[in-house]
Amino acid sequence: MSAKNHGFPWNLLVGFILSIALTLLAVFVAFYTDFSSHVILWVIGVMALFQAIIQLFMFMHVTEGKEGIINVVNMVNSIILALIIVFGSIWVLTSGHASLH
Amino acid sequence: MSLDEFFVTGDPLIFASQIAIGLTMVGLIALITYLKRWKWLWSEWFTTVDHKKIGIMYILSGVLMFFRGGVDGLLMKAQTSRPELGLLDAQHYDEIFTTHGVIMILFMAMPMLIGIMNVVVPLQIGARDVAFPKLNAFSFWIFFAGAMLFNLSFVIGGSPDAGWTSYFPLAGKEFTPGVGNNYYALSLQIAGIGTLATGINFVVTIIKMRAPGLSWMKLPIFTWSTFITSIIIVAAFPILTIALLYMTLDRLFGTHFFTVAAGGDPMLWLNLFWLWGHPEVYIVVLPAFGMFSEVIATFARKNLYGYKSMVYAVAGIAFLSMLVWVHHFYTMGNSAAVNSIFSLTTMMIAIPTGVKIFNWLFTLRKGRIEFSTAMLWSLAFIPCFTIGGVTGVMLAMAAADYQYHNTMFLVAHFHYVLIPGVVFAVFAALYYWWPKMFGFKLNEKIGKWHFWLFVIGFNMTFMPMFFVGLDGMSRRMYTYAESTGWGAWLGFSAVGSLVMAAGFAALCYNIYWSFRYASRDVGNDPWNARTLEWATASPAPHYNFAVVPEVETLDDFWYKKKKGKTGLKKADLKPVHMPSNSWTPIVLAAAFGLVGFFLVFEWFPLAIISAIGIVVGLVANTFDYDDGYHIPVEELEEEEREWRGDLQ
Repeated sequence: MSAKNHGFPWNLLVGFILSIALTLLAVFVAFYTDFSSHVILWVIGVMALFQAIIQLFMFMHVTEGKEGIINVVNMVNSIILALIIVFGSIWVLTSGHASLH
Repeated sequence: MSLDEFFVTGDPLIFASQIAIGLTMVGLIALITYLKRWKWLWSEWFTTVDHKKIGIMYILSGVLMFFRGGVDGLLMKAQTSRPELGLLDAQHYDEIFTTHGVIMILFMAMPMLIGIMNVVVPLQIGARDVAFPKLNAFSFWIFFAGAMLFNLSFVIGGSPDAGWTSYFPLAGKEFTPGVGNNYYALSLQIAGIGTLATGINFVVTIIKMRAPGLSWMKLPIFTWSTFITSIIIVAAFPILTIALLYMTLDRLFGTHFFTVAAGGDPMLWLNLFWLWGHPEVYIVVLPAFGMFSEVIATFARKNLYGYKSMVYAVAGIAFLSMLVWVHHFYTMGNSAAVNSIFSLTTMMIAIPTGVKIFNWLFTLRKGRIEFSTAMLWSLAFIPCFTIGGVTGVMLAMAAADYQYHNTMFLVAHFHYVLIPGVVFAVFAALYYWWPKMFGFKLNEKIGKWHFWLFVIGFNMTFMPMFFVGLDGMSRRMYTYAESTGWGAWLGFSAVGSLVMAAGFAALCYNIYWSFRYASRDVGNDPWNARTLEWATASPAPHYNFAVVPEVETLDDFWYKKKKGKTGLKKADLKPVHMPSNSWTPIVLAAAFGLVGFFLVFEWFPLAIISAIGIVVGLVANTFDYDDGYHIPVEELEEEEREWRGDLQ
């Protein structure tokens, strides 16, 4: 094992604190601000994206290792899945008689 | 809360079970103490990180849960065998079909398949263990904690009763105020963590730990299907995690994700549940396809027809699995565009599945077929599963589905998919890989009894359901009037379920008989098989391979046997690095189970105290610097000589 693995894991700690902070911030924005719900959705959406990036770099070591292609395939796959889940759900729940609103 | 509310009271069936469970527990503890086996259990099984032992524990739990789920099924069949029967009341019937579904899918099918994956995949790729052995032990124990928590519900607190799908608003606190659905939310959540960890473990294992030369297109097909299954697990299980979390928050803390009251949407639960639920169907059926492929190739004495198209078909099914979830709720009244698109994607799944069916048939063509028990299961699977598949295409058409939806026709369809697709596969795999796990074969003659009773019973049980379904019987009806004319069909179906149960009993007897009397002299390769797991001793030694094999082609072991190159050179032996046992997985899982139990009853202080146990356990685990141990060359040599005779 290299010496680097035994040093204090600052990366992980910073990532952990940032993740918690971003989550709490999202709660704050949703509960305690007067923005319109449209704005709130955009703000917490952007923060979610930011948090995903933090996790990718600080926890999942996306820049380390040699498996460049596997990493790319992985990320493309995750992004497609995320898009299917989010936009698929919105489409399914807001069209036809299903929509309550 | 009084004791009266804590334990389920007032039902003689459940009272008898409570006594039986109590006596069994006392009996087991007394027996283990009498045989002085506690230390052995702890050091050989409870703390093990060996993938083969973990696999065996998964399979054992799966068999137990099959019994529990099977008894639920028999009770349902008994209740509906005659019109207006009063064996079970409506509430009890609701609880039983709910637990039957959850247990059969999540606590029977999943551990059976994951158990066989655990035993076989590292051996098939020439690895010494999975990538994260300790995490693997944790996966098993936390699955087991979840399963036990769920089973506890029927004697303590009351079972969930809103169906295995637990649709809102019925599953919300407003309509099911008891603790039953808390059990559902929390035990599935806990077991789901284990499944997710298994998925990650196998993705990494198969990417990183293949033997030298074993490139992607040389992988055995079962390893391929395990790999793709694991990817679907990693993609789909987080959706269940989130859905169950919302459910828990709604039920325990009064949020409104799924309750209409404060702007929530019950349809969101259906949407999230099936976003996980449909891929889940493929999670259980793809490894089964892999098992059949191995068995069919071995006993037809041919290489698998269309290996590459098989791989692409599995990958195609995996991709489509994320695009079809709405077909479970066409009738929620969606727009024509939504229903049409999802009809199309659903019917497209028949294409790669059809490719696989034809590949199996062409593998059989002109093969020298040996009708072993494992092969019989695989052969019976093809026609039975095709009936399930074709009725599935009928259900896939949104307009027609308005007629079939929630009828017994649907129930018959998914049993025709899941029982041949998963249960037959698991049986085939047990007969096929049993010698690799235990060093002896299951008896073939009792195996044939098991096979014929189960397959005939299965068709007798579920074929009539298609007809009562088309005749308008909806699912989950606890009784019906005589004038409906369903009595004869359902009576026949009930008799069939008894035949099926006799088949299961034959399996249990077979396991008992073979443990006592079967020949231990089966060699390392009793079936004359093709893949790498048969290159090592049976049962496989704890280090799997004394020397990691070098792979040159697909079905490498088959060709090495022909060239006579399966021997071992003494000079190649080197000390083998193995992981140490660990107590953290079982202790952590127990803490998770306790947190779950206290949350079910909303005893928050106790839940918080147990949750501190989890955090302490996790922190302690990070300070574990145990790097494993080495097996010296002398020990390897001795063990290898025992089954190989002389080394070269």
